[in-house]
Amino acid sequence: MSARFDVDTARKDFPILSKPVRGRRLVYLDSAGSAQKPRHVIDSVRDVYENDYANVHRGLHYLSERASARYEEARETVRAFINAPEQHEVVFTGGTTEAINLVAWSYGRSVLGPGDEVLITCAEHHSNIVPWHLVREQTGCVVKAVPVQDDGTFRLEDFARLITERTRVVSCFHVSNVLGTVLPLRDIARLAHAQGAVVVVDGAQGIVHLPVDVQELEVDFYAFSGHKLYGPSGIGVLWGRAELLEAMPPWQGGGGMIDTVTLSATTWADLPDKFEAGTPPIAQAIGLAAAIDYVSDIGIDAIARHEQEVLLYATQRLASVPGLSLVGTAAGKASVVSFVMDCAHPHDVSTIIDQYGVAVRAGHHCAQPLMDRFELSSTARASLALYNTTEDIDILVESLEKVREIFQ
Amino acid sequence: MSAATDDDPRQEKPDSMAAVAEPALPEETIREAQDELIAEFGFFDDWMDRYQYLIDLGRKLPTMPDAYLRDEFKLKGCQSQVWFVGERTGDRLVFRAVSDAAIVSGLIALLLRVYSNRTPREILETEPDFIIEIGLADHLSPTRKNGLGAMLGAIRTRARLAFEESARHP
Repeated sequence: MSARFDVDTARKDFPILSKPVRGRRLVYLDSAGSAQKPRHVIDSVRDVYENDYANVHRGLHYLSERASARYEEARETVRAFINAPEQHEVVFTGGTTEAINLVAWSYGRSVLGPGDEVLITCAEHHSNIVPWHLVREQTGCVVKAVPVQDDGTFRLEDFARLITERTRVVSCFHVSNVLGTVLPLRDIARLAHAQGAVVVVDGAQGIVHLPVDVQELEVDFYAFSGHKLYGPSGIGVLWGRAELLEAMPPWQGGGGMIDTVTLSATTWADLPDKFEAGTPPIAQAIGLAAAIDYVSDIGIDAIARHEQEVLLYATQRLASVPGLSLVGTAAGKASVVSFVMDCAHPHDVSTIIDQYGVAVRAGHHCAQPLMDRFELSSTARASLALYNTTEDIDILVESLEKVREIFQ
Repeated sequence: MSAATDDDPRQEKPDSMAAVAEPALPEETIREAQDELIAEFGFFDDWMDRYQYLIDLGRKLPTMPDAYLRDEFKLKGCQSQVWFVGERTGDRLVFRAVSDAAIVSGLIALLLRVYSNRTPREILETEPDFIIEIGLADHLSPTRKNGLGAMLGAIRTRARLAFEESARHP
């Protein structure tokens, strides 16, 4: 791992960053929506299609074996990245959403009964709320939510209070996609395990900004997407502890996930194939491995340090914009900055600053319960990635001054 | 109110709205309204001035009676909140709409100047090309989710309903 991270060098790895938007330098601050891709990832996906592509685990021919080998190498790359004990605990999915749905439908429906509790937080992305609501309809379980403090922090004592002997599942984010708050997963896991509950983590944002060691976190499931981690879209990961995954029934049926099929019965394949019905996202998995190699090469710690520097600068500069309020100021937060302005709706803010080549997200960020909690219909969100600079922040702040000029 | 429109909540007139004065006949034709907007916006070279003007138009939108600021009058498919209602007045349709976002309010003002207080036939025969001509084509993209597409859809649906209704009951 390199000790020094040079952002100007890293920016050159991302072809899209040098393409002007509306005749200006692109200031891309929507990486929490989806991150841009380094050439290394783009090249690896092209390389699969040009040299090593066929369906995996199906044919005994040369190309199928090449593709299968690269697909399984990608699984090993993911395993090592999150320090999972076993390769077969890594299930490829279409994304975080599908990974959480897998847990909800397979694990949740197996273990939850009427009155059993699923504990989430009030800041979850809809993809970690709706699957549990759907399972609630099937099982009669109860979905409860941990409240948030005004500054975006969560109190461990609220988790302690709400995790009861009826709690079967605690499903929460690692890093909030709106507030940037980081949850103390290991402490939460210990509380949950003491009551016999499992911990499911929506790691869509966490995997991007923090080193993730699933053994050190002591959680039971960790889900994330490739596209926010500089990898392709259409690929995600569910890591789960082997003994849990082995006991879980498959949730989708199809090719590749069976051992034997007769007209009356099917027996399942071993892990991870049991959960990978149909042709998986082959090139995308290999592209994800390339993204992980890219990030690991720079070092996730070096990336986090850089992001924290730019986050500090952004927080200070934005605080100087009159009428601007930050939403989420928890200590140790990750580089996701939500804000509102008193002179303009977030939708208006993003439309105007888009004219300056600044891309932010405006809306409820798929977290309507959190918006309700803060009595907001939406926020603007600037999310920082490894390629953002203090110059990006300067342009953002200048463009927000224009917003004030226009709307005052 | 005819049976054909009863299933659409947007046609129901809340009690508090029963005595709204009937608007006067429009002073300009639907074509003139578009030409006038194109001329007004043609006056600005700079996109910022165009936006400023759009926002000013939005600020002059009449306020929506509270009776309409309810979920059933909210348009789906907009990132900001848009309340929309279309009422029949004689042979014309009168639209009211508001948004909590300023640029969307401006877009609403443009649409109302062209499409409100017109006959269903006029509405259905008028494509929103003037939006492109005044340099706001970006906003017409269906993926922008700024409510313009949803609003145009709602205006046309309402006009089609009224048109079919008059065909049945001339």
